[in-house]
Amino acid sequence: MTTSVKKVFEEAGNQISFMSGFFGNIFSRGFEGNEFIRQCFIIGYKSLSLVGITGFILGFVMTLQSEPTMKGFGAGSFVPGMVAISIIREICPVIIALICAGKISSSIGAELGSMKVSEQIDAMEVSGANPIQYLVVTRILACTIMIPLLTLMADALALLGGFTASNIGGHYSFLLYFNKAFSPLTFVDLLPSFAKTIFFGFAIGFVGCYKGYNSNRGTESVGVAANSAVVSASLWIILLDAIAVQLTSVFAYN
Amino acid sequence: METLTKNKEQKENTKTVIELRNVKKSFGSKNVLTDISMDLFKGENLVVLGKSGTGKSVTIKCMVGLLVQDEGSVVVLDEDVNNLSSPDLKELRTKVGFLFQSGALYDSMTVRENLEFPLTRVLKIKDQDEIKQRIEEVLEAVGLLSAIDAMPSDLSGGMRKRIGLARTLILKPEIMLYDEPTTGLDPITSREISELILLMQKKYKTSSIIITHDMACAEITSDRILVMNEGKVIAEGNFEELKNSQDELVGSFFK
Ligand SMILES: Nc1ncnc2c1ncn2[C@@H]1O[C@H](COP(=O)(O)OP(=O)(O)OP(=O)(O)O)[C@@H](O)[C@H]1O
Ligand SMILES: [Mg+2]
Repeated sequence: MTTSVKKVFEEAGNQISFMSGFFGNIFSRGFEGNEFIRQCFIIGYKSLSLVGITGFILGFVMTLQSEPTMKGFGAGSFVPGMVAISIIREICPVIIALICAGKISSSIGAELGSMKVSEQIDAMEVSGANPIQYLVVTRILACTIMIPLLTLMADALALLGGFTASNIGGHYSFLLYFNKAFSPLTFVDLLPSFAKTIFFGFAIGFVGCYKGYNSNRGTESVGVAANSAVVSASLWIILLDAIAVQLTSVFAYN
Repeated sequence: METLTKNKEQKENTKTVIELRNVKKSFGSKNVLTDISMDLFKGENLVVLGKSGTGKSVTIKCMVGLLVQDEGSVVVLDEDVNNLSSPDLKELRTKVGFLFQSGALYDSMTVRENLEFPLTRVLKIKDQDEIKQRIEEVLEAVGLLSAIDAMPSDLSGGMRKRIGLARTLILKPEIMLYDEPTTGLDPITSREISELILLMQKKYKTSSIIITHDMACAEITSDRILVMNEGKVIAEGNFEELKNSQDELVGSFFK
């Protein structure tokens, strides 16, 4: 009992010192510009199709699912607005972040984990180079920037999916649909949900790097690192979302 | 005995670059280093022999601060490794080259990028011509110029080791720690690597610790040999002295 409590505190302490290592290195000299851009490419561009398809289908399905019920209330014309609000405020940010936790966090965890196991990180450190700067700062920053952008793209495609779904019957023009979708949307919907995706992105990059960088010796720990990165990144996303929603409802809607 | 005293006198005139005093290290309940004291003198090649798992790699990892000993002191180039601020430790590490037993090549980079990495990150060389020239020079020395654009995953184990060696030598460090430089290489390449180690000593006055099981390599490179067993140094001397040792364990290395 006491040992497991001790472990929790130890883990928290390690994470905090890892995080302060990250922040200490962002602003120090020797930022790895090329590696940062390469990571943005790997993290952002290589996830485009997965995120795009998911976004489109989310909008499509939401519309199809809610249309019959809404029509039953005679409120069919509210569907675009309702779908837009729920997609942009909640569904896209969370679903896309969870998908990215599965794709990106695990691959960062596995990559850094295998570098740790094969002593590549030690080799970097021992040569006098800075592995935190080269491996960790670039990846966390790339995630923090690319996840919000990916989410924005998914938002847009989800609206397009919604339009496609409601147009299966052929009763909306493009303009009319987007008028209806955007009219209930306000800045207060977009801004907090964009802000929380920044934190989701940070969590995805941070957890992946932390788990990989601190994995144990032995090849099986690479799998452990990848797996536990996904689990705890997902948990962090859900927790951060709960906090973000609380904060928004306190500050934005009063 | 005469040679021993001569060695001693010689030692007293030369500077110690690495000094380990009563170093102990355990992992959990496993005591790996029970009590290690050793010195590396300037300009010498010190060969360390020992059975697998006696803590040879752990010992040299303590010398660069990759592992921290539980007790005792590690002094490298007159600095206590465990009491250095991180910029100072980094500075010190640039003077100490470390060849990993596994090679530890960066998988995601080509051979050229592997060699460029320490040049641009550590020595901060910007001049492309100089980078190119140094990379080609060191690849030539390990005999792998043709592999310059290969990925590490395409290389054989021995080739990876030689590239790892090249990546360490390219910084021209004052002290070199070789962890089994010739293991897994054919006799001809082993000999070339051993001669390269000698050449580094002559040309750049490097002081080196060479961990090896390869007696041919030990014979070629060693000025002095230490034998480790169960986390302790059990014998010391030059190749000839140890070869004629009465101790069973020491003798068994030379058979
Ligand atoms: N980071 C570590 N954590 C836990 N145990 C370790 C660690 N590093 C080494 N050990 C253990 O310490 C012991 C000595 O390891 P070391 O790698 O120094 O052996 P070695 O003398 O280099 O052997 P070899 O000739 O096979 O390379 C081994 O039992 C190993 O399992
Ligand atoms: Mg070893």
